[in-house]
Amino acid sequence: MHIGHYIDLVYRTEKDLAIALTKVSVAHGDEPDVYQSCRLLARWSEKMEEDMKPFFVKYKPEKDNEPDRLTQTLVKDTRKGGMALLRDLHDLYLIASEVQACCTILKQAADGLRDKELLTTCEGVESQTKRQLNWLMTRMKAAAPQTLIVSE
Amino acid sequence: MEQTRDSISNIWGDRTPYIGKWPVRVDQQTNEEPDHWVQSACMLCSNGCGIDIGVKDGKIVGVRGRAIDIVNRGRLGPKGMNAWVANNSPDRLQKPLIRKHGELQEATWDEAMDLMVKKSKEIIEKQTSLGIGFYTSGQLFLEEYYVLAMIGKAGLGTPHMDGNTRLCTATAAAALKISFGSDGQPGSYSDIDTTAAILHIGHNVASQQTVLWSRILDRLEGSNPPKLVVIDPRETYTAQKATVHLAPVVGTNIPVLNGLLNLIIQSGKIDQDFIKASTVGFEELKKIVSKWTPELVEEVSKVPADKLRAAGEILANCTSLVSSALQGVYQSMQATAAAVQVNNIHLIRGLIGKPGCGIYQMNGQPTAQNNRECGADGDFPGFRNWGNKKHLQEIADIWNIEVGQLPYWSPPTHAMQIWRYCEQSSITMLWISGTNPAVSMPELARIRKILQKEDLFVIVQDCFMTETAKYADVVLPAAIWGEKTGCFTNVDRTVHISHKAVEPPGEARPDLEIFIDYSRRMDFRDKDGAPLIKWQTPEEVFEGWKGCSKGRPCDYSGMSYAKLSEGSGIQWPCNEQFPDGTPHLYTEGKFNTDVDFCETYNYDLDTGAANDEETYKLIDPHGKAFLKGTDYEEPHEVPDEKFPLWLTTGRLVYHFHTRTKTGRSKALQDAAPDAYVQISEEDAATYGITDGDMIEVESRRGKVTEPAKVGGIEPGLVFIPFHYGYWDDDSRKRAANELTLSEWDPVSKQPHFKYAAVKISKAGEGILHTIVEAFSTIKDKLTP
Repeated sequence: MHIGHYIDLVYRTEKDLAIALTKVSVAHGDEPDVYQSCRLLARWSEKMEEDMKPFFVKYKPEKDNEPDRLTQTLVKDTRKGGMALLRDLHDLYLIASEVQACCTILKQAADGLRDKELLTTCEGVESQTKRQLNWLMTRMKAAAPQTLIVSE
Repeated sequence: MEQTRDSISNIWGDRTPYIGKWPVRVDQQTNEEPDHWVQSACMLCSNGCGIDIGVKDGKIVGVRGRAIDIVNRGRLGPKGMNAWVANNSPDRLQKPLIRKHGELQEATWDEAMDLMVKKSKEIIEKQTSLGIGFYTSGQLFLEEYYVLAMIGKAGLGTPHMDGNTRLCTATAAAALKISFGSDGQPGSYSDIDTTAAILHIGHNVASQQTVLWSRILDRLEGSNPPKLVVIDPRETYTAQKATVHLAPVVGTNIPVLNGLLNLIIQSGKIDQDFIKASTVGFEELKKIVSKWTPELVEEVSKVPADKLRAAGEILANCTSLVSSALQGVYQSMQATAAAVQVNNIHLIRGLIGKPGCGIYQMNGQPTAQNNRECGADGDFPGFRNWGNKKHLQEIADIWNIEVGQLPYWSPPTHAMQIWRYCEQSSITMLWISGTNPAVSMPELARIRKILQKEDLFVIVQDCFMTETAKYADVVLPAAIWGEKTGCFTNVDRTVHISHKAVEPPGEARPDLEIFIDYSRRMDFRDKDGAPLIKWQTPEEVFEGWKGCSKGRPCDYSGMSYAKLSEGSGIQWPCNEQFPDGTPHLYTEGKFNTDVDFCETYNYDLDTGAANDEETYKLIDPHGKAFLKGTDYEEPHEVPDEKFPLWLTTGRLVYHFHTRTKTGRSKALQDAAPDAYVQISEEDAATYGITDGDMIEVESRRGKVTEPAKVGGIEPGLVFIPFHYGYWDDDSRKRAANELTLSEWDPVSKQPHFKYAAVKISKAGEGILHTIVEAFSTIKDKLTP
């Protein structure tokens, strides 16, 4: 059984998302809404990290030795300015999408195992990640025309 | 001179207790006997009282309330009775000004307008119209907003249009859209005549809308007074009359409202049939509020559990209810979320859409509603949904343009973001009309810096040399109320016409003429090559607007200038079905949420994330209202060791906004001549402060010096009125917004003026002593 693999993946990507959100909030502190929203979204992710922990006890954790291909390369060095903001939000969107994909896969197994607790947690991660993705998309849409057409 | 009452010493006038119809009392204040009267409505707050302007020899000499008006039945407040003198002020702007060699110098209209057109074209060439932004007002007329919306959204095609309405009513609009599917106040002021209970939250109605408060006072003194619940951290005039006054810690509206909703649900006095037939989301809401026991609410908000229960008792058992919310909700943390909870109270009790049951998501300004309706702000005309292709096509057809000309590819840019783009030099022309951001925006040091940027071309269209106009590159002298004709709409959807009574001073022009002139000089055209703006007079624009509003919630199609001039005020929708207007919306329990009709696809209350059409289709409630809840989030800046006190800001009864008009009325200025900082007796003792001491108040963003006023406020909290800037006194920093935060609500984007962490200390010696002496002679007037 490899469910431990995906429990670890959801946990780690959620953790990476929290770290990346915090990084971006600091880097773009001049944009008050980005600062506040990223901090709020980071708190959500930190909470979900905690919610995943009991499943490491329940199922044997299976650590993956491969590096996190996406999350380790994205939002590495945050940048300043309009285009940088758009790029950083875009990176966050990719990391959050990774959380969502990992979680959807894990949820399939949770269903198969009839593990109601894991299923509930997965649903929580899924709906929360959707809200995070929605905010990121809303903010990117708002920034896109000005950044791509006008900014220096 | 005739003065029917002294509105300075007796703000609300004598009582006329009543049951049934609110009696008439005509208030009048004239300096000379008018030779004729001209029909209008008051613009000194959002109440929208019917008023007649007295004219003698071509000059305004006074005002009187209109006895037949449904809003005020003849009454006027202190601002309405006194501020008209500003029209005759000798320092009115009378000629256009252009900055040359660093100085503003007189110019002709041709020179000023040609320069604006030249600049516009240069910027469009370099940056597209995304380089141009509009920051307008809640004090223009409907016709002016509508034409400006066409210029911005069709002529230029820029999404950068917003008003100072963002600072005062954006949350009202957002909350109405989220709960009911579109903007539009469900109730009517007449609900006060019969209601069994009233809830005011974050709304010091006694000071803000004095005539509305007179109506409530008259009910309170009648034989069947309504129960009054007031939620406000300060002991305001309004709170002093409350049956139950809850004084929560700043930033805790959500815990208090969730607690009240929980009590109402627990009591079982909810309207199950209405909830089932007319709402969605009840179970989710119930789950969210269920943890907010009175004890938990007390822990977080410091509102005693017993008091919360007493308020809950009233709200659960009243047979009819009027609720109102204003800046204490809208300019606070979780603004939209809290305003929506007020709607929820009415929805779960089924107290909506019938006499006695009104929700007033109040406006701060007299014509804010029209900015929202006409789309000169972040909205689209006729409460249309900018994400709905069919709605966009309707607008394009009405304006005879290609739909692609409309800026639908970007969410409308809110004011705070417009200023941010100016700061980043990606907007390089900012046209400010009828507002004074150099005093009214948060974090003023930043705003001054932006206004002075070399690469920002600033146009200010106003009637006086405001603090903002001083930084302009072009100043356009505007005609104001009484000097031009147009319509405007108040909180309860009452539309008034305001006729021109006198000529504007010097070369000042109505805003409408200025906008039309710009459009003509820019040569904006429709898709057939005809001028985009085909109108010359306000009445022609109004006729055009009727067509645009037809079939939408704010339907004006049954009105006309003639009809509005016959009586006094008509409530929209007014059309073939409702030729005399409509006192209540949603009378059948059917709301504007259908996917094809709604103004918005709704938002996430915590993040402001917007749904798209596809997502909305999955939750489309087909005419049911949304019950949406959320949990508590702590304010972003809280008192700490370095800045140990809460600051909150607000209004005074004698002034409006930045005192551009009211500060020029001797009566009003004498009544409230200066800013102050209000602190509790406890804090005054701690800091060794007595009444009138000059106090330095400092936040992370700036510092002000104000005389102290001790008492009438909770310990740990200080209050500074926001009206006072620098045009009449620049001897010290005194504008409250030197201290406030640049941050905003995630949904409505309304800035958080109601909290900031500050520290206080006694000011130094020297020049301030003279101010103390001056202050000591008037401080007795500054009772709460």
